[in-house]
Amino acid sequence: MSKMELLQGTLEVMVLQTLATMGALHGYGIARRIEQVSGNQVLLNQGTIYAALVRLQQRGWIAAKWGTSENNRRAKYYTITKAGTKQLAADAAYWRQLSEVMGRVLAPVEDAE
Amino acid sequence: MELWRRARAVLRGRAMDQELDEEMASHVEMATEENRRRGMSEAEARRAALAALGGLAAARETHREARGIPLMETLWQDLRYALRTLRRDVGLAAFAILITGLGVGASVTVFSVVHAILLRDLPVADGERLLWIANTGGDGLSARTTQTAYLKDMQGNLSTLAEAGGYFAFYGIGDLKMTGAGEPERLTGVPVTGNFFSLLGVVPVLGTGFTEAETQPNGPDAVMVSHDFWERRMHRDAGAAGRTLLLNERPCRVAGVLPKTFDFGAMFAPGVRVDVFPVFPLSDQSNRWGNTMSVVGRLKPGATAAEAAAEMKVFARQLAKQYPGQNDFTPQVRPLREYVSGSVRTAMLVLSGAVGLVLLIVCANLSNLLLARATARQKEISIRVALGAGRWRIMRQMLVESLLLAALGAALGLALAAAGTRVLAGLETEIPMMALAQLDWQAMGFAMTAAVVTGIGFGLAPAVRMSAVTGSDRGASATRQHTRVRNALVVAEVALASLLLVGSGLLIRSFARVLDVTLGFQPRQAAAVRIDPGRDFPNREARHAYYRAALDAARALPGMEAVGLTDTLPLGKNRTWGAAAKGQVYGPGNFPLAYVRVVSDGFFESMGMTLVQGRTFTANDDKSGLPAIVVNETLARRLWPGEDPLGKVILRAGAPERVVVGVVKDVRHLALEKEAGGEMYLPIWQTGDFSQVDLVTRGGSEALVRNALRGLDPALPLTAFRPLQTLVDTAVSPRRLIALLLGGFATFALLLASLGIYGVISYSVTQRRKEMGIRMALGATGAALQQGILWQTLRLAGAGLGVGLLAAWALTRVLQGMLFGVTPSDPATFGAAMALLTGVALLAGYLPARRAARLNPVETLRLE
Repeated sequence: MSKMELLQGTLEVMVLQTLATMGALHGYGIARRIEQVSGNQVLLNQGTIYAALVRLQQRGWIAAKWGTSENNRRAKYYTITKAGTKQLAADAAYWRQLSEVMGRVLAPVEDAE
Repeated sequence: MELWRRARAVLRGRAMDQELDEEMASHVEMATEENRRRGMSEAEARRAALAALGGLAAARETHREARGIPLMETLWQDLRYALRTLRRDVGLAAFAILITGLGVGASVTVFSVVHAILLRDLPVADGERLLWIANTGGDGLSARTTQTAYLKDMQGNLSTLAEAGGYFAFYGIGDLKMTGAGEPERLTGVPVTGNFFSLLGVVPVLGTGFTEAETQPNGPDAVMVSHDFWERRMHRDAGAAGRTLLLNERPCRVAGVLPKTFDFGAMFAPGVRVDVFPVFPLSDQSNRWGNTMSVVGRLKPGATAAEAAAEMKVFARQLAKQYPGQNDFTPQVRPLREYVSGSVRTAMLVLSGAVGLVLLIVCANLSNLLLARATARQKEISIRVALGAGRWRIMRQMLVESLLLAALGAALGLALAAAGTRVLAGLETEIPMMALAQLDWQAMGFAMTAAVVTGIGFGLAPAVRMSAVTGSDRGASATRQHTRVRNALVVAEVALASLLLVGSGLLIRSFARVLDVTLGFQPRQAAAVRIDPGRDFPNREARHAYYRAALDAARALPGMEAVGLTDTLPLGKNRTWGAAAKGQVYGPGNFPLAYVRVVSDGFFESMGMTLVQGRTFTANDDKSGLPAIVVNETLARRLWPGEDPLGKVILRAGAPERVVVGVVKDVRHLALEKEAGGEMYLPIWQTGDFSQVDLVTRGGSEALVRNALRGLDPALPLTAFRPLQTLVDTAVSPRRLIALLLGGFATFALLLASLGIYGVISYSVTQRRKEMGIRMALGATGAALQQGILWQTLRLAGAGLGVGLLAAWALTRVLQGMLFGVTPSDPATFGAAMALLTGVALLAGYLPARRAARLNPVETLRLE
């Protein structure tokens, strides 16, 4: 099975969700986590993570701080902000609704007349 | 907030990149380590890590796109590129900035002036509702002013008028003598009705204005003071209101300080600096002084000026029946704004139009210049196109360049305009409201708009031209089209320049004609100084004795050719009286009026006036002598047409009969452009009916006169001597200023047009070098080539002149009201403009033509 291309805007939600569940995490960690959670089904160009991160940061939904990794390496750690949590809730509701609607629209027709 | 972060990200681009690099480096390290743990070799692990990242350069690019403002970023790039390009071509950039600066500077200066005079609200509250209510509209001030009883009746009796007030129009410059604290000084005071400032809606910055008692006849003395006076003489004292000034030796309460924005002189008496405003009582006594008031009214809400005019007319007719003994009142009502600046409206519009033309010429010139440069930049653009720059990108790049030039030019222009506006506002001219011109934020906005419009104006053609460049070379048809555009621009420049030349030529010729009029007096070597002491004399004899002594003292000085006294200098204020020939009956509205001057013996000689018949006054024309009078030729013709006026008698109600002893030539008393009207001269020793007195001297030295007068009255505050030439200069100052400005604009335009011609011809010579080399090799002489090029120049200039002169023919009509002694289609002016432009064009074409004639055919051909 070939990997899925990401829809516009989905990467940001994934990043927010990841930070919400995992706490502070660096870029590489976020990328790996998304790959793992998706069961390696999404085609993630890891470089695009950083574009998503800077966008989220500019919107004030996540914050960044330089820190030290478990192997004593300097890395930039991201955390979700209060505004980000609120945004995530809204986005999650939207995506859930969308996937439900899409599911219904695309469901095989049952009682055709 | 987000936009702000994005903008910051653009500006911190390099730092952001560095941080990202560091972040990705640590990312790669971590990924490599994980890969190695999974069993990959060091090299393989690193390669896989980089692959998963999708390449560092690409990641950096997406990061930049995500964080920045795309348009701003490319604009920033364009701007930096433009700066680099301009640095490579400093000469061109400097020239472009200089002429844009001059163009923008001129237009912003004119804008500030026009803004102050025509556009900005008057410095009063709700000025659109204020009316100027004048009498009849005759020439003298007496004919335009109104008796106080009429003004009093206007208050509260009209359904269209909320309020009416006014000022005493016959105030004298320097009429008040201030003594007491500090240096004694002559002040100019304009007596106003008690409600004048509240009527205008001018609120004092200090104090509360006149009290009820102060506005009553014979109430306590009080003055409002101008902001300037408060700064100059009261040292910005915050407690100025309530202080007492000693004016004409009477203590006077300062009732308030007027705001800085309110300049009475600029509105009602351009060129006059007013210091204080005493109260002018509306009483029976002031009514007996005759026509004295300049009246201002405020419309009731909902009423229009036309309605007020109609009501006022009916009202005046009723009053005339009510007071049969009063002077006529034929009200002329118009908006105050129109009264204040109506007289210079055309001039201001003409100036605005002229700077507009100048800006157009600047645009055409720069457009031409940049088109020429476009050819030189062909290769550079080709490379950029080949590297993938789109058409829009190239066009935008070109426009950014021209906008950058225009912006730099506008910055220079603003500096010039700041200086220009200050100079114009500081001029002592009779142009209303100009003293209030300033470079405010609206002028800055105008400058910015002008910069953008000119930037696009001169950048568009080159930008379109360049954006059409393809990666490969250009065809011959493009060259032809290019030449056509450039030729058209030069034709336009010449046309605009000829329009300006004709316009300014007409005004300059009018100015010269005005200076040429027969004044009726000789201003050279004559000067005048106020000598009335500003104190009360016990009786008329003492007053006359003082003036007699002053006259004799001055006359005794060495080098003095003639000395005289007068109460009225030319080109200043005027009063008129009725003057009837004895034995004549005049119908209503036909009663002869004449300007009155009260003068002494020696006056006619000191002024350099010409006696036509009879004699001038002597010291014997005093109270023991026969009541005498001297008239001018116009009054003599009016009263006794075809008869000898000498010995005839003039009657005036309530005054002795006067016998005409002499006739003098007319003096241009009202304005240089206006005929004199009837004038009569009364001997000063036979009347007390005069207020201010000037001593007029011809020859002699100012210092000696000063000493002599000081000896007579040490407390006499002496103002500077005014050469009579100054009076003439001041009277023509608006005309001179406008002629000067337009002349300057036209000269600039002529210069630019000639540069344009030079540029185009010289370019075409360079282009045709090869062709000309071949023709020379085939036997054409240099002279023939030169002639050909001059013909080409003449064709261009001729086309422009044709268009320009036709346009001038159609447009100079608007100048009609500003012209004097020339018609709008004055052939001499048109001819001169044509000759001047042709001459300049030939000169501009001659330089490249001479270069062509000196071409060495062999060298030229070898070049290719």
